[in-house]
Amino acid sequence: MAVRKLAPEDMQPESFVLSPETEAFADKEIAKYPPGRQASAVIALLGKAQEQAGGWLPRKAIEAVAAKLDMAVIRVMEVATFYTMFNLEPVGKYFIQFCGTTPCVLRGAGDIRKVLERRIGDQNHVTTDGTFSWLEVECLGACSNAPMVQINDDYYEDLTTENFEKLLDDLASGRPVKKGSQIGRNRSEPFEAVNTLQDPVLYDGSLVGAWRKRFDEQAKAAETGEAAAATASVPQDAKAAKPAAGRAIESDAADTPAKRAKEGEKPINPTDRKEAADPSKATKVEPKEKGTQPAPQSGKSYVASPTKGGEAVPNSPTTPVAGTPPAQAETRRDGSESKPDVVVTKDNKTS
Amino acid sequence: MAKIIVDGVEVDVPAEYTLLQAAEAAGAEIPRFCYHERLSIAGNCRMCLVEVKGAPKPVASCAWGVRDCRPGPNGEPPEISTKSPTVKKAREGVMEFLLINHPLDCPICDQGGQCDLQDQAMAYGVDTSRFHENKRAVTDKYLGPLVRTSMNRCIHCTRCVRFTAEVAGVPDLGALWRGEDMEITSYLEKALGSELQANVADLCPVGALTHKPEAFHYRPWELTKTDSVDVMDAVGSSIRVDSRGREVMRILPRVNEAVNEEWITDKTRQIVDGLRLQRLDRPFVRENGRLRPASWQEAFAAIASRVKGTDPKRIGAIVGDLAAVEEMYALKLLMESLGVTNIDARQDGSMVSPVYGRGSYLFNTTIAGIEDADAILIVGSNPRIEASLVNVRIRKRWRAAPPPIALIGEHSDLTYPYEYLGAGPDTLSELAGGRHSFIEKLRGAERPLVIVGQGALSRPDGLAVLSAAAQLARDVGAVKDGWNGFSVLHTAASRVGALDLGLVPGEWGLNAQTMAQGEVDVLFNLGADEIEIAPGAFVIYQGTHGDRGAHRADVILPAATYTEKSGTYVNTEGRVQLANRAAFAPGEAREDWAILRALSDVLGHRLPFDSLNALRAKLYSQYPHFAAIEMVQPADGFAAIQALANIGGTLGREPFVSPVKDFYLTNPIARASGVMAECSALARELKLEAAE
Repeated sequence: MAVRKLAPEDMQPESFVLSPETEAFADKEIAKYPPGRQASAVIALLGKAQEQAGGWLPRKAIEAVAAKLDMAVIRVMEVATFYTMFNLEPVGKYFIQFCGTTPCVLRGAGDIRKVLERRIGDQNHVTTDGTFSWLEVECLGACSNAPMVQINDDYYEDLTTENFEKLLDDLASGRPVKKGSQIGRNRSEPFEAVNTLQDPVLYDGSLVGAWRKRFDEQAKAAETGEAAAATASVPQDAKAAKPAAGRAIESDAADTPAKRAKEGEKPINPTDRKEAADPSKATKVEPKEKGTQPAPQSGKSYVASPTKGGEAVPNSPTTPVAGTPPAQAETRRDGSESKPDVVVTKDNKTS
Repeated sequence: MAKIIVDGVEVDVPAEYTLLQAAEAAGAEIPRFCYHERLSIAGNCRMCLVEVKGAPKPVASCAWGVRDCRPGPNGEPPEISTKSPTVKKAREGVMEFLLINHPLDCPICDQGGQCDLQDQAMAYGVDTSRFHENKRAVTDKYLGPLVRTSMNRCIHCTRCVRFTAEVAGVPDLGALWRGEDMEITSYLEKALGSELQANVADLCPVGALTHKPEAFHYRPWELTKTDSVDVMDAVGSSIRVDSRGREVMRILPRVNEAVNEEWITDKTRQIVDGLRLQRLDRPFVRENGRLRPASWQEAFAAIASRVKGTDPKRIGAIVGDLAAVEEMYALKLLMESLGVTNIDARQDGSMVSPVYGRGSYLFNTTIAGIEDADAILIVGSNPRIEASLVNVRIRKRWRAAPPPIALIGEHSDLTYPYEYLGAGPDTLSELAGGRHSFIEKLRGAERPLVIVGQGALSRPDGLAVLSAAAQLARDVGAVKDGWNGFSVLHTAASRVGALDLGLVPGEWGLNAQTMAQGEVDVLFNLGADEIEIAPGAFVIYQGTHGDRGAHRADVILPAATYTEKSGTYVNTEGRVQLANRAAFAPGEAREDWAILRALSDVLGHRLPFDSLNALRAKLYSQYPHFAAIEMVQPADGFAAIQALANIGGTLGREPFVSPVKDFYLTNPIARASGVMAECSALARELKLEAAE
């Protein structure tokens, strides 16, 4: 977290009055909470005040919010200084929050940062014309479209030095700009060809409740022998094993045969239960041939397992491929299975 | 009650206890920084970690209730361990983290030797540091003239923030920023605006907040500690006076649940410099309009020559606010032997009087009893400045569950909301007449409390007001079996003791105001500095400071302050407490009772005691309740309230005005103190700002 500080005295405005719009918003927010709990609205009000003040919170705005909420100014100040999305120093007309977290850096955020530094200057510094200022922030959650920046309220994604330069030029000259991905991609869909989730059945509503329907059908088949057995096995006059006093009331386990029987619901079909318990059927995948299974990517093991005779690769890597029963798992799930052409040997060499 | 096993010892504690309290009940010591019994639980220092059997990791014992622990599999009581290797390791880890950013400046830190962090690092820490990075640096904050900051040392326990917000009731301090950058500060570094602010430096477990006036003056191990009692107001806070050689170095609060819990006001604490400034250290005699230093013999001779030729009816005595019971008793005996009935201890003109019984002038409810009240009416008082710790109790009561509170008198910020009924006696009679809805709340209350302050009593119609308040209290059922909700709040430490002794004008005697206006020829002034004495009379001033009384005096007898003598003080509740001698009076100044004893010899009416013990023996035989130190002798509430209610009288129209104009300058010691002067100036400034 960058070192934040209050704006110096000469930058602080003389006064700040909540606009009628902000006042109306404030009253609406305060009404959400019980009487006397108006302080709960402090974050919403600070956000709105920041919007009104042009992207940052002058001291007078903090005081105005405190007065509105009948709070001590220091209490509001605590909130405003705690949350980094409240800017306590003036920002540019376009306030760029540049994501500098790992995924973006891997996808070239370093170049974007260089553009920012060259065109705008240091962080927390407003250009002389007041147009831009920027700040490096932590992950904004758009990693699939990395690198990205947030300018005021909008995300601008899939940046390259060229399109980012153009974006800044357009913003500076007031031309309309495109929000979201800058390379014409629809949200975070695959960058090139779209080849998943294309079955139209998925979108016509016909699959809604399909699983449930199948479940009910199968349940009919199994008869209620289990229910009687389950009820019989519950002690009629159950004594608590431990004294109940002072302890939290415990609810029953969510879905036991006994509970279902008690509530008059249908028992679960034993076959369903068995299937659900079988990890090999959790997701149905065709078993792969041995030779095509991906091998561990790294010879290093983070698991402290003893190795035999100088063998670099541990025999039991960590995560199994989806659908592989744990007992059979030999490989790490690493994404290489999506490229079936590439066969990786156990020594991490492609053939 | 819940059972819990602490280190193998089974204890039975209330279920709402925290593990920390339970461990203490079992005799185990738990280190802590942020936890404080009288503040809300923060749980942010993590020093109090203990191991709970069955929990996957150590838990913060200050924030974990006994009732939240799971019992064993067969219903055994929950088990915690405070000495296990896990706990030891956890404490070492926490301590290491705390010390990462704590500077190694113990040799120049005022907290050295009385520092929780120092002690606990010794007891629970490791002896080396593995930290090789730079330490955090934080700018120091300005928090006013009483609290010095050294913010590098702060460990973010937030005790100070919680104290100011919860106990003192002024939201001045806050924790800005977050994480490592967190800083404790006031808004824009304004000085703290509380009369209890110096307590934050006591609460600070490290040297981040220390006492500014005492900075670099002493090391705690050099000081001699003397338990004593405060005389700055009528609350009688328990204090510890720390002295080095002849000099009092500091005053600290002592825990006394019945009176001050563990807080004291800034005035109580920081008048220390007033104890050595402006002192009268030798007798003076006025010759040709100028005071000149004299010997004791000369001074006594001057007095004797004036007293012997004067009619006892033209002799008077006024007793000031800081006098102990012993010297008041000696003065009373001396005046009786001279045949003088003009004697008064009420220099402020208060109309309280022992004639109506002891219950008519005591804070009958007791200070701790405020917490049981379920409706409070304050008449003619601003408890925040007249008796700050009474105000703290009312606030504590209000925080527990807000009772209806109303005030008749000056409208001011008491740190808790109240219903403002009006300014003067009119409102009181309206309330009594049922024309205010608040009377219903008082009537409906189980244990109503009516507090009558000196603002309502120090006025010509004071008795009528007292009577009206007593009628009101009687009507709402404030005095009943097991509850006496009629309480008089005093402002002078000597007042209740004086009233117990009967230091009010006898038959045909003159009161203090009349005496001061020149109705007597010889006036003996025992430390009364708040009264203007008209020219004319021959004034003998026995006191400690070169204040108003000494300026007007014809003979000055230098005496000892409350830290320099052993004296009995009775607080507003009627609690008898002893002040002990922590240092010696400067120069030729003597203890007050001894001066009076010596003077009586010269006047030819030798008092019948030669030692303090002999004086006390005589005092106790005549007034046995003074022998019950630390105790309150309850008064007969029914008789007193009947007697008061029967007085009647016409109420004036003037609004009630608090007798305390400036909290920081109420007595000669405070007026001599530079620190108090600074505080007073600052408080005036804050007041002006608030008025804008």
